[in-house]
Amino acid sequence: MTTELEPRTSAAIGGMGHSVKRKEDPRFIRGAGEYIEDVVLPGMLWMDIVRSPYAHATIKSIDASEALKVPGVLAVITGADLEKAGLHWMPTLAGDKQMVLPTTTVMYQAQEVAAVVATDRYAAADGVAAVYVDYEPLPVIVDPKKALEPGAFVLRPDRGPDKANNHIWHWESGDRAAADAALASAEVRVSEDIYIPRIHVASIETCGCVADWDAVRGQLTLHMTSQAPHAIRTVLALVSGLPEQNIRVKTHDIGGGFGGKVPVYPGYVLAVVASLTVGKPVKWIEDRSENLQADSFARDYHIHAEMSATKAGKITGLKVKTIADHGYSDAAADPSKFPAGLFNVITGSYDFPDAFVEVDGVYTNKPPGGVAYRCSFRVTEAVHAIERMVDILAHEIGVDPAQLRMENFIQPEQFPYRTPTGWEYDSGNYGVALQKAMDLIGYDDLRKEQAEKRARGELMGIGISSFTEIVGAGPSKDFDIIGIKMFDSCEIRVHPTGKVIARIGVQSQGQGHETTFAQIIAEELGFPVGDVKIEYGDTDTAPYGLGTYASRSTPVAGAATAMASRKIREKARQIAAHLLECSPDDLEWEPGKFTVKGSPDRFKTIQEISFAAYTNHPVGMEAGLEAVDYYDPPNLTFPFGSYICVVDIDKGTGQVKIRRFVAVDDCGNIINPMIVDGQIHGGLTMGFAPALLESITYDELGNNQAGTFMDYLLPTAVETPRWELDKTVTPSPHHPIGAKGVGESATVGAPPAIANAVVDALWHLGVRNIDIPMTPQKVWAILHEKGLA
Amino acid sequence: MIPSAFDYVRPADLGEALRILKEREGEAKVLSGGFSLLPLIKLRLAQPGLLVDLRDVGGLNGLTRDGDLFRIGGRATHRQILEDRPLTDALPIMKDAASRIGDPQIRNWGTIGGSVAHADPAADWPAVLQALHASIVLRSADGERTVPARGFFIDTFTTGIEPAEILTEIQIPFPPPRSGGSYQKLERRAGDFSTVGAAVQMTLGADGRITQIGIGLTAVADSPFAATHAEDALRGAHPNDELFREAAAAASRQSRPATDSHGPAEYKRAMVTEMTARALRAALARAQAQG
Amino acid sequence: MTTQHVRVTVNGTVREADVEPRLLLVHLLRETFGLTGTHVGCDTSNCGACTIHVNGLSAKSCTMLAVQADGAEIRTIEGMADGATLHPLQQAFWDQHGLQCGFCTPGMIMQSAWLLGQNPDPTEDQIREGISGNLCRCTGYVNIVKAIDQAAGALRAADAAK
Repeated sequence: MTTELEPRTSAAIGGMGHSVKRKEDPRFIRGAGEYIEDVVLPGMLWMDIVRSPYAHATIKSIDASEALKVPGVLAVITGADLEKAGLHWMPTLAGDKQMVLPTTTVMYQAQEVAAVVATDRYAAADGVAAVYVDYEPLPVIVDPKKALEPGAFVLRPDRGPDKANNHIWHWESGDRAAADAALASAEVRVSEDIYIPRIHVASIETCGCVADWDAVRGQLTLHMTSQAPHAIRTVLALVSGLPEQNIRVKTHDIGGGFGGKVPVYPGYVLAVVASLTVGKPVKWIEDRSENLQADSFARDYHIHAEMSATKAGKITGLKVKTIADHGYSDAAADPSKFPAGLFNVITGSYDFPDAFVEVDGVYTNKPPGGVAYRCSFRVTEAVHAIERMVDILAHEIGVDPAQLRMENFIQPEQFPYRTPTGWEYDSGNYGVALQKAMDLIGYDDLRKEQAEKRARGELMGIGISSFTEIVGAGPSKDFDIIGIKMFDSCEIRVHPTGKVIARIGVQSQGQGHETTFAQIIAEELGFPVGDVKIEYGDTDTAPYGLGTYASRSTPVAGAATAMASRKIREKARQIAAHLLECSPDDLEWEPGKFTVKGSPDRFKTIQEISFAAYTNHPVGMEAGLEAVDYYDPPNLTFPFGSYICVVDIDKGTGQVKIRRFVAVDDCGNIINPMIVDGQIHGGLTMGFAPALLESITYDELGNNQAGTFMDYLLPTAVETPRWELDKTVTPSPHHPIGAKGVGESATVGAPPAIANAVVDALWHLGVRNIDIPMTPQKVWAILHEKGLA
Repeated sequence: MIPSAFDYVRPADLGEALRILKEREGEAKVLSGGFSLLPLIKLRLAQPGLLVDLRDVGGLNGLTRDGDLFRIGGRATHRQILEDRPLTDALPIMKDAASRIGDPQIRNWGTIGGSVAHADPAADWPAVLQALHASIVLRSADGERTVPARGFFIDTFTTGIEPAEILTEIQIPFPPPRSGGSYQKLERRAGDFSTVGAAVQMTLGADGRITQIGIGLTAVADSPFAATHAEDALRGAHPNDELFREAAAAASRQSRPATDSHGPAEYKRAMVTEMTARALRAALARAQAQG
Repeated sequence: MTTQHVRVTVNGTVREADVEPRLLLVHLLRETFGLTGTHVGCDTSNCGACTIHVNGLSAKSCTMLAVQADGAEIRTIEGMADGATLHPLQQAFWDQHGLQCGFCTPGMIMQSAWLLGQNPDPTEDQIREGISGNLCRCTGYVNIVKAIDQAAGALRAADAAK
């Protein structure tokens, strides 16, 4: 099905399909949001962090005596102090461990070395400048391939003599023998090395917290920037030994997350230790350099892909071998069973008979990670690889890339479709989306224009990406983080006057949960959206949930919200029957009221029913109108889309200019079209950024080359393309409201469309691949080599 | 990103400012707009003992034509320059450069004197002023001197300005008829410092030959410099595209770029050729349009 | 530690403080005066989250000292609405979904306000150039540009009605 959903509710109710203006905005547009740095508590102190200038070094000594003389400095915390409490290492979400503070060795540039606690941030900074650390540099490994060479310096001797190497884990998926056989017997084989560089989410708000230990009450309140506050609370309880009911994690407004606010960073732990030490609230706010140099990164995948096909262009097999650079610790925020995330969704939108994927995790002297960058656990890497490979195949055998895709798509009647790596795609209609994008952009005319321009020596390229996303983690049989299943939750309370408060286990970082979750309740129960208040981010009040990342809010907590609403609707039916003196089976529901079948004037509104739930409930029924739902999704959801990008290349400078970019997305049923478009605009821009601008590189000494916004190049409004959007609607068959999630699709799908366009412009010169970011100097070097510049 | 402590004074006039600078020579730094100096101070890469803020010193931000000279006060902001029609009509290269410095907020507060005195090799004004054969007026408690922009920029963050001097004025010769200029800036992203910048100002004779030529280059050496070899190749010649390409190549050969986050040296050398050629063509078009 | 007296007018109200010369203007506003609508996002004057007006000019308050602003008229996001009536830019950002996480929004609105003061009828390119010193990570700028365009129209209409 590919038609837009007509709203079932009136605009006054504002259920699904209405572009309801956001309920959270009035505070933001007035500057009245409350972000972490805005939290001020009585007696609050500041913490600042001493960081290593070296990427790998032995700490010979730390001298804090001068720092302690700085006016306002109260304490300096070192690894030795933490070691006494056994807190100098902490577990990562990926089952590895990382240092809170080092006792002997620093492992990456900007690693935390000591924490200074002072009366204000200026004194804390002065204290940091006065801590003297004596380092002895050690050999640095920045290249994961070198890290795997025999005899390479072993970066993590703490793992014991059995693991005297830099290899973390091996993970594989699919059938190796079948993929080998497909490749061996293939008429056509293409292979390519594709590197997807390290990037950083760089939300405009950095990370931070205020740790508040109340010794009298034995209560720890941690105000923090977290996408997953409940999980943080449980980790804190397990690590600290504090009773979980005495730990409260509160998130406030969050200035963007994109995956970077999922992990537990040493700074959070240090602030807690500092508050426990000095007995006062302690605030820690990262500056941008700390954020870019020390927080979790994304990507950093070295991919080798091989694909086989018939001469006519029917794809037959795929084999992928990847090295994953995790820095000095695997601090990935992936579900436990998936050390390489959902990378094995790499068969994409295509009907592959056979596929095999393997990934090896490796240590280097870089910050630990990786997290997503607006992506559901390594899907972006997978989509980039497959969409590049499909284009390479198309060019290699001389078939139009659009045609090759059309001929290899999984067809609508094949859904639910089982991939050779084990996923079951819920629904899709890929050809329709691609055709719509081609029609919108005028694909055939562009190809004609390209041929004319090429004849004149001008460089123009057209690139397609027909991606399939995998979001909504996830079903409890496969998905957990530190053992906690990846369900999510909603608790709804209807008040006597027909007003509603609902609390959810997920966490907005700008997605608009206060609006869209209210719309789900409006859709299911008919309360006007303005009468529904949504809360989240306070572990004392919200039901347990795993948080917001990997586009899981709508697929999981959105489903919980619909299911909780339906529980309330069922009870409301009983109350309505009582009020209308009829059988519940005789009632018909439409959003906002139950009507007796055949008697349109005999009805009770949801507001009347709400009041009755507290004032006139049936004998034998509990009073009140509340429900909670913990939703365990039966499957993931698989949003998809087709993007087409047109680029022109300046031969003089190597600059790539995106002339047009059409994005046709399908995220199933849409809750709020305005918000969905906003998510796609933002997602596209975060796909454009790593394609052309952003990357974090290191020199041979492990120095971060993009440690500020002067060199880590977020797009401004000037470079950002003028996105052109359209949609198809293919509901998820298993999701209660047919929705699939949309926050990340565009970030996942956009980079290969751009890369394919640039390579398409240059293929006739013998160019097969350009790794992102496709910077002017990189493109110019190719043009120069080919004699064009 | 917290500065270390310093003292701060805001003298009421130039005499007082110069007196303070002399008294506390070596530890005092002049604060103009702040958009060059304060980032360094926040990073603690600069730790002056005293900041002398020129905010209240009058008479330093004028933009006037005085006979054959444009006089631009050292505290004139990029925005003021951008919006000064008499200046930018005569010297569109000034608008080219001013409009590409930083972003609107930085242009509102950053000053030409601050930028020139700071001498970041990737800042745009130094190359433009050398292309324009501008002069720089420096005042100290002991007097005033005027020095050519060419030769003023000694090294990265190092100029001919003495510690107790204040840059009070930039003087630019009013261009003769049939003059045109252009500043071509290659940047990675809006608001970025230059990867390469090429400033060209040329004047044509009645016969169409190039009678005066100035070329300044940004970000391709330890300090911005005048591409004298290219100028020599152009001066007295009839402009044509082949000549421009040769001159641009000469400019490239004279450059000494470093490999950094903006790109490898080889790329920058090629971009000197490209940007210089573009600036020459644009300057010529403007000069001819004037004629 | 030496301090200096600073007196500024913030959103029409005179505020005074004794500050260290090194105190950044953004910290004077946020921490001394409690006006937390102005945000810090980068420290290197790239992101523009700290944008305010100083004497009518948009400025990045993370790269200005509090003492430099002594005597100045300052306007922050908290001074944009007239009681319950939103400034046309605030209204437009809301109407057009010109914000998501909201962190860049105050700086974006303040820069846009300055821009529309300079150029009441900007083209899309002029709007984009005008906010090129303000980074947004959520919206891709599409709806921000629409919001500024809406507000420009509203402000022009209000001006014409005067």
